Amino acid sequence: MRYWSLLFALAAIISVGIFAYAPISPEWWLPAGPNVSAGHLHSVSSAGKQIDSLFVIILLITGIVFIGTQVALVYATYFFVDKGPNGRKASYFHGSQRLEVIWTIIPAAILVFIALYQMGTWASVKFRSAAPKVQPLAQVTARQFQWVIRYPGEDGKLETKDDLFMVNDLHFVKGKQALIYLKSSDVLHSFFLPALRIKQDAVPGLTIPVWFDTDQAGHYELVCAELCGWGHYKMRGNVTVHETQEEFDQWLQSALKEQSRDQVAAVVTGSQGR
Amino acid sequence: MSNEHAANGHGHADPHAHGADHGHGHDDHIHPAPTNPLFKYVFSTDHKVIGIQFLFSGLIFFVVGGLLAMAIRWQLAWPWKPMPFMARFMPSWAENGYLMPPEWYNKLFTMHGSVMIFFVIIPLLTGAFGNFLIPLMIGARDMAFPKLNMFSYWFMPPAMIAMANAFMVPGGAPESGWTSYPTLSNSFTSTPGSYEAQTWWLISLLFAGVSSLMGSINYITTIIMLRAPGMKLFRMPMTVWALFITAILQAFALPVLTSALVMQLLDRVAGTNFFSPAGWVVANGPAVVGGGLPLLWQHLFWFYSHPAVYIMILPGMGMVSDIIATFSRKPLFGYKPMVFAIAGIAGLGFIVWGHHMFQSGMNPALGATFMLSTMMIALPSAIKVFNWLGTMWGGRLQFTSSMLNAISFVAMFIIGGLSGIFMAATPVDMHIHDTYFIVAHIHYVLFGGSTFAIFAAIIFWFPKMFGRMMNEPLGKLHFLLTFIFFNGTFFLMHIIGMHGHPRRIADPTVYEYLRGTGTMGLNQFMTLSAFGLGLSQLIFAFNFLYSIFAGPKAPANPWHANSLEWVATDSPPPYFNFEKIPTVYHAPYEYSVPGMENDYVPQTQPLPEPTAHTVVEKA
Repeated sequence: MRYWSLLFALAAIISVGIFAYAPISPEWWLPAGPNVSAGHLHSVSSAGKQIDSLFVIILLITGIVFIGTQVALVYATYFFVDKGPNGRKASYFHGSQRLEVIWTIIPAAILVFIALYQMGTWASVKFRSAAPKVQPLAQVTARQFQWVIRYPGEDGKLETKDDLFMVNDLHFVKGKQALIYLKSSDVLHSFFLPALRIKQDAVPGLTIPVWFDTDQAGHYELVCAELCGWGHYKMRGNVTVHETQEEFDQWLQSALKEQSRDQVAAVVTGSQGR
Repeated sequence: MSNEHAANGHGHADPHAHGADHGHGHDDHIHPAPTNPLFKYVFSTDHKVIGIQFLFSGLIFFVVGGLLAMAIRWQLAWPWKPMPFMARFMPSWAENGYLMPPEWYNKLFTMHGSVMIFFVIIPLLTGAFGNFLIPLMIGARDMAFPKLNMFSYWFMPPAMIAMANAFMVPGGAPESGWTSYPTLSNSFTSTPGSYEAQTWWLISLLFAGVSSLMGSINYITTIIMLRAPGMKLFRMPMTVWALFITAILQAFALPVLTSALVMQLLDRVAGTNFFSPAGWVVANGPAVVGGGLPLLWQHLFWFYSHPAVYIMILPGMGMVSDIIATFSRKPLFGYKPMVFAIAGIAGLGFIVWGHHMFQSGMNPALGATFMLSTMMIALPSAIKVFNWLGTMWGGRLQFTSSMLNAISFVAMFIIGGLSGIFMAATPVDMHIHDTYFIVAHIHYVLFGGSTFAIFAAIIFWFPKMFGRMMNEPLGKLHFLLTFIFFNGTFFLMHIIGMHGHPRRIADPTVYEYLRGTGTMGLNQFMTLSAFGLGLSQLIFAFNFLYSIFAGPKAPANPWHANSLEWVATDSPPPYFNFEKIPTVYHAPYEYSVPGMENDYVPQTQPLPEPTAHTVVEKA
């Protein structure tokens, strides 16, 4: 009968094993940047780095609690099993006030510590007062099932005639804080950059500032993380991080040229332009 | 009429005569059992029959919800591969070559969640066990309001019909998730499922909510008014305590959900704009005046639905406490702290709803305060775990199949509780919000927790419900396979969630970072485990149905437990529960009292003098 405890032991050991293996496997751990092959198994944004370390701290604390409680459970189910009528009788006690106080105060202290320890990072990634004082990169409007991204044109101002419109194509520059204004034109969506650990719901009727950065140029993915209808699964955006500002400016110029050519073409052919 | 008053509030011998006053101001007024089968088995006012009705309808919907889950898993492991069996029952899929259309995936998880939460777990825990156990455990002849009790069951079939009907209306089943966030849900044009089915979903939940509300009022009144003589509040079994506090939670939280449902219903059918913003258009549909707030729904919905999460776990905690104490042959460790912990969870449960909205656009400063309250709610949960371990410590554990399910409740609830801490931490939540990490968490709490508790409780109280025993070897085999396949299905969801796999997406291979064999391989492994989990339930179904008709006859008290349903009546109990209303002398946890011949002391039997003294001291 006592061998049932081994089932619980096995489950606990495998659980710990899986989490011990996860950090050395790029597909199991927190998503990394484009240079994952080079062994960069950490986030590539400054907020992401903080979030990862908070994650690891919680993983360690909960891991210790998990191992402790599972050891106690396996021990109890192994050693205190009923050994038939000739076995030992169960002890008779109703509790212990001292133990109750101990196991109330210690977890309470740990939990308050965890909560307070998060506050700094939370404030720096979400509080509007912490938003970087930079020119906004773009206005991102989510709609079923695409990301309409509006960059300021040559005048550097949003909501003017020379704005550049792109669909599912977000560009910004390595090492610079990018600030976007997030909107939705129909239902709820969520702007999720897994490699950067950034997530913010897009809410119809609200304009929400979101900011992020990265220290690795390359290609990333933009995910919609809030159910938005039948095509939710395919609401994917491409993210390109340019090495330098010049590279970004070049891209912007060529994209603007492309757009005006399209508009001329639309006028010429009489079809409905933007 | 009543001329047979028993002295001192004790019961009397003849259950068919008019009864005595039991010191609680109620008349023990006994009618004969109905003989017409329509009133005996269908429109019954007997709490035992109503409990079993809830049990059967809950288990039937458990099969429905489970099959929906299998279909979800199929799509996630092998996206857009023709689904075995299911395709041929789907005439509407013909134009697509019998492949599942993408919106169907959204219908599957929406209905899976709605069915499992509103038709399986809540009705099983509060409807089935609440009804069946409360009067038996506190020594009452029936609920305080038997007719209201009957109505509370008969409000469920309209809910079920409305939910089933949602599959058949134009556009098909609802698609906005069990959370039904506007503006996806309140616009007709946003997605096929919101065309008509969403309205049926709202109507269905309104009925289910009224059913729960009637039940909870009945439980609260019954527990306050109808306890047997000597059954002080702090002598009630943990199951009753948990159901009592759950009923209070329901009574206070459900009106908010009901108003939210009515508001969304009005948005859909009467053109109000509670949740739609100004000048708002979806998918080229007609523009609306607007002026509402989508976030308002989330506040109202979670103000109910977070307490609902506790409604779905607290009764399980109570029942598991009783089962573990019984099969450890040892008093429950820390009875009063356990009660206070449940009350603490219930109280804090009302001020944590915002943790579902950390990334919703709600003021982040508010998120910070919700983080603190959410962290604190882990505390009473931790206290409960420690007390369960303390109960087993030094006991004489009997690994019956019921006990095994109860122990795995504790083991799995630890995982579900700890993973909750990740989500409570707002910055960490930023990454794992709406990923498979939360799917893993909710299933460790609602399957690893509630469902194992339901299995444990069904096996434990089966003899009392049906007068027969379930088969133990089959019960153990079912437990073993369920435990293995459950962990195989859900544990790895933590990993893919951590890797950023979003929930509610029909095809993960759209994203490059999820396309690799690491993630998709795990998805396929989880799907195979899920099929194993589904098939293992056939053993339970067979055991359950076979034992109802052919199980060995159960004695009155097969587990040598102490509480009234075992020690003061038969298996199954007669129509009015007790030949004689029992008198209670102590809490039901007096196991292995030193110097006693038996290792249990029924609640109806006074403790030997020295022990009674120390028990009072400790309490």
